[in-house]
Amino acid sequence: MSTDTSARNDVVVPGRLERFLQSNFWYSFKRDKVAIVSFVVLVLMAGSALLAPVIAPTNPYDLATIDIMDSELPPFWAEEGEERFILGTDDQGRDLFSTILYGMKTSLTIGLCAVMLQMCLGIIIGLSSGYFGGRIDSFLMRVADIQLSFSTMMVAIIVLAVFQASFGSELYSQLAMLMLILVIGIAEWPQYARTIRASVLAEKKKEYVEAARVMGFGSGRIMFRHILPNCLSPILVISTVQIANAIISEAALSFLGLGMPVSQPSLGALISSGFEYIFSGSWWITVIPGIVLVVLVLVMNLLGDWLRDVMNPKLYKG
Amino acid sequence: MSLLCVDDLIIEFPSRHGVAVSVKGVSFQVEKGEILGLVGESGAGKSTIGNGIVNLLSSPGRVADGSIKLAGDSIRNLDDEAMRKVRGRRIGFIFQDPMTSLNPLLTIGTQLMETVQATLGADKEAARARALELLDAVGIPEPELRLEQYPHQFSGGMRQRVVIAIALAGEPELIIADEPTTALDVSVQNQVLELIRKLCKERDVGCILITHDMGVIANTTDRVAVLYQGELMECGPTMDVLERPQHAYTRSLISAVPRVDVKVHRFPRVEYIEKAESKPIDVKNHWLGVKESFGSVENGELLKVENLDLRFVTKSAFLEKNRKYVQAIDNVSFTVKDGETFGLVGESGSGKSTTARVIAGLYRPDNGRVMFAGQDLGALSEKQRRPLRRQIQMVFQNPYSSLNSRMTVSDIIAEPIRFHDLAESEMKIRQIVNDLLDHVGLGAAAGKRFPHEFSGGQRQRISIARALATRPRFLICDEPTSALDVSVQAQILNLLKDLQDELGLTMLFISHDLPVIRQMCDRIAVMKQGGIVEINDSDSLFANPRQEYTRNLIEVMPHLDHLSRDGLDVEMPLNKAVV
Repeated sequence: MSTDTSARNDVVVPGRLERFLQSNFWYSFKRDKVAIVSFVVLVLMAGSALLAPVIAPTNPYDLATIDIMDSELPPFWAEEGEERFILGTDDQGRDLFSTILYGMKTSLTIGLCAVMLQMCLGIIIGLSSGYFGGRIDSFLMRVADIQLSFSTMMVAIIVLAVFQASFGSELYSQLAMLMLILVIGIAEWPQYARTIRASVLAEKKKEYVEAARVMGFGSGRIMFRHILPNCLSPILVISTVQIANAIISEAALSFLGLGMPVSQPSLGALISSGFEYIFSGSWWITVIPGIVLVVLVLVMNLLGDWLRDVMNPKLYKG
Repeated sequence: MSLLCVDDLIIEFPSRHGVAVSVKGVSFQVEKGEILGLVGESGAGKSTIGNGIVNLLSSPGRVADGSIKLAGDSIRNLDDEAMRKVRGRRIGFIFQDPMTSLNPLLTIGTQLMETVQATLGADKEAARARALELLDAVGIPEPELRLEQYPHQFSGGMRQRVVIAIALAGEPELIIADEPTTALDVSVQNQVLELIRKLCKERDVGCILITHDMGVIANTTDRVAVLYQGELMECGPTMDVLERPQHAYTRSLISAVPRVDVKVHRFPRVEYIEKAESKPIDVKNHWLGVKESFGSVENGELLKVENLDLRFVTKSAFLEKNRKYVQAIDNVSFTVKDGETFGLVGESGSGKSTTARVIAGLYRPDNGRVMFAGQDLGALSEKQRRPLRRQIQMVFQNPYSSLNSRMTVSDIIAEPIRFHDLAESEMKIRQIVNDLLDHVGLGAAAGKRFPHEFSGGQRQRISIARALATRPRFLICDEPTSALDVSVQAQILNLLKDLQDELGLTMLFISHDLPVIRQMCDRIAVMKQGGIVEINDSDSLFANPRQEYTRNLIEVMPHLDHLSRDGLDVEMPLNKAVV
């Protein structure tokens, strides 16, 4: 008996990497082709967006390098295409490939930051709502209901239009990114708050929370150190979907002219700027950024679906 | 020829870690009108055998080898359609949880008649007549009325009766009952088992009763097969096996069963099961043994509960008069003396856990006082109470949810020490955590792991170590072993007894299990529907129960008089006044 115990005590506790490689998470990832492809595509897109200043042949923000004579050149495989501009140019003569890379960077930045803002608000509100319950819960959840009954687009359009009208487009174009993050972030927090509240309600009943209370720990400590880490899976799952949603919202607002200015286009702004030329034959200005946007959002949603399947133990198959 | 002949059955579960063989060549027979008990601890493969016989193994499990013959016909390798005809018509199944094995959206009548029609091919009228007859047979009063009701209108025991009626609907030759009474209270358990036994004898139906409970085996079965990790240890007439166990595993299993007729000082060390090696620390000179002063203990009374009342709102409403309540604790008073173990016993819903939670400070009582070492806990502010909270700690029932799964074991144990500033340095905290882990029998290396890497019994040890980390004087154990196997239970109970001796802990021990209470407690309070029925010394309570209710509880408790007493460290044999 003693040899057995000593043997067990000698067991090397696996490191983080090893534990990850052993985990069910990694195992199901390896077996799911859709997840692998989505992940690779996402990493490639995000990587190239991040490295845009290095990869991009030209800097679309630098007006000095743009020549209006190059405008509306088709992609290189077309007859009139030029090797210089792989995906052609837009109406201002900017290299479309470079602009897409920079635009993707803008879109991703707005998406990520807006989701971080949503997450912060949602976690604080959802945790307090679920943990304290009673009146606080009723109040916060009614606020969330009211917030949800205004659609994101409606709030965003009103706020941005009012801002643009009252402070002028000069100031607006400087603050556009910040405004978009704030508007999308604030409009969507109830998604997080509700999800987190639901899992807090389930976690709160578990005995480890009671054990923590018996120890005399304060509410803040129990909420953030004990309950929150146990609610991370649903947060992770909705985050993927929310980033995709935020990117779409941003694209839609930019398309309506309420998003990023023409000088620093996001994907949505690019689609919008090419829209006028689509019937004059310059389809690429709209279609190519459109495809990029669709692929970006699609891989995020696919990854989110896969994550949900893995993280929800109820769905474990056999 | 036997009714059911299982020969060399092998059941496998292929997985990415290789093939797990969960039943390794088991053979047994069941005769007509006979009840065969399959007994074993979790992981023994007893349910797997039951499911394997009727081909209900959860994927990817499969019967790899062996033969299963029902009245001479092989039923292994039948295709789905043929198997479907065997289930219900020739083999009936009774599941563990009556709360989930009935469809909540259909009336009992619909579910019963559907089964009758599907298995016997009867028309609607005949099915209804048969359903009425079945309900009557399983002892449900007013079957006409009950037929129209939904499952939620039945109590747990009544639902299990309905499940039995459904199992009998197709006039099967064999019934497989998988832990049919585990989810029920003891008093109901006896009635249900009695019913199964009666029906099997009357109708000449064979029965396989799968259970982990030696009491159920002793009272119900004719023959018993003992399983351990997928292998058959021994099989024979129940009385023979229980009185003269042949196999070492059976012997150790039986010696670990808590009983009421003898009080043991410690349970015998059970071989064969989870190993635990503790490197006990010298408590006297250790951090753990340091005594602190915190108020006065008068007349040796450490805890005094006076007229406690607590009700929960079942229907909330804005106006007071529209609210509805359930009285969870009703005028409960008792005192716990310094150094003793006080037991709270009662059936589910009797308010014993709620009482413990009020004492631990998880609920505020509506009325009444909890006096701990001369201080009224309810009158203190949270800040004043904090030093006292440390003195009262709790070990919870469910080892799977009582540990934070995102923290390592050493973080779990170190957190209360850090929070209450009980050690000077981080070095010292590490040392204390390692010593605690050694002391409860896990070994210091366990600290770096996460709770899910441990078994139920090991997790309960972690729970105990965590509770001890605040150096409490008073330990509340809320059904600490009810989720554990009997041999692991014996180990945990031993550990609690040892800790109490070493540290002079006072314990409040809560259980629904009378034999466990009998082994652990000096004094016992019997609870019923939120109130206390009787408080007495545990010897007197079992020998001469003063109240009708207590007498009933003791009567329905499984009788284990004929269990072998091999290897028991008997502290005090009790006379048979119990029965």
